[in-house]
Amino acid sequence: MSPLSFPAVSFELVFFLIFAAGAVATGVAMVLQSNPVRSALFLVLNLFCVAVLYLLLNAWFLATVQVLVYAGAIMVLFLFVIMLLNLGAPDRTVDRLKPQQPIAVLAGLVLALIIGGIVLSPLRTPVVTENEGIGTVESVGKNLYDPAQPWLFPFEATSILLLIAVIGSVVLAKRRLD
Amino acid sequence: MEPMQPVQQAAAGVARTAVIAVPAVPLSWYLILSAVLFVIGVTGVLIKRNPIIIFMSIELMLNAVNVSFIAFARYLGDVGGQMFAIFVMAVAAAEVAVGLGILISIFRSRENINVDEINLMQG
Repeated sequence: MSPLSFPAVSFELVFFLIFAAGAVATGVAMVLQSNPVRSALFLVLNLFCVAVLYLLLNAWFLATVQVLVYAGAIMVLFLFVIMLLNLGAPDRTVDRLKPQQPIAVLAGLVLALIIGGIVLSPLRTPVVTENEGIGTVESVGKNLYDPAQPWLFPFEATSILLLIAVIGSVVLAKRRLD
Repeated sequence: MEPMQPVQQAAAGVARTAVIAVPAVPLSWYLILSAVLFVIGVTGVLIKRNPIIIFMSIELMLNAVNVSFIAFARYLGDVGGQMFAIFVMAVAAAEVAVGLGILISIFRSRENINVDEINLMQG
């Protein structure tokens, strides 16, 4: 099937279109907001839309983790820091990087063209194999902790990474920058 | 697709049924969505000067990559994509913790954290 031919209308397609549009709209709103608190709340909406897309892709466990970890923990951390640093009010200092903005948008569009070209080029692997049930907690756990698969070592490395992040952020928050 | 019998499921361990079917949503649509979200994130990083919004744009980019990983996992029937998405989420959490720690540390000494004002590394 060619990339842009319209598939038959189905329940799944309608949901995809609604939540893909929601994700893009909230993403744009997040970038365009000048108030960081509203920006953060738009990002929460965006993460929820993406979680629904994960459900459509049969990644049930990851959809749950997305809501719990991203929309829950990470965004609470963001909002906490925004309010701690009292950044809720819009910024009124002089923006010295104003002339950079049109160039930045242009650079984004060029990147969009490049990625679009890659996405629309034909895929060499056939994409018709469906493997139901790879997104369940059982399947994710079995694959993640299976020594025969390559995911166990990265998982352990992730635990060290998180430990380093915890220690690093405590040290950073305790010490004054000179 | 026919629902699997419990006996069959127990035998297979993980429900594994490979069928040839035309997907309801083409893979390339998910990839296009992922590309659009990624570009929004890049533009946000480039045009914003509040480091917190820059961090949130980075989160948006990481999420865009996760969308493609999980779409590939579904359409190629491979768990690898979902495993990668888990690691991306863990790295994102670590990155946010350290990044916000740095921001608080800068804010204590500067009272102004806009990225065009920060030149500590210039000596």
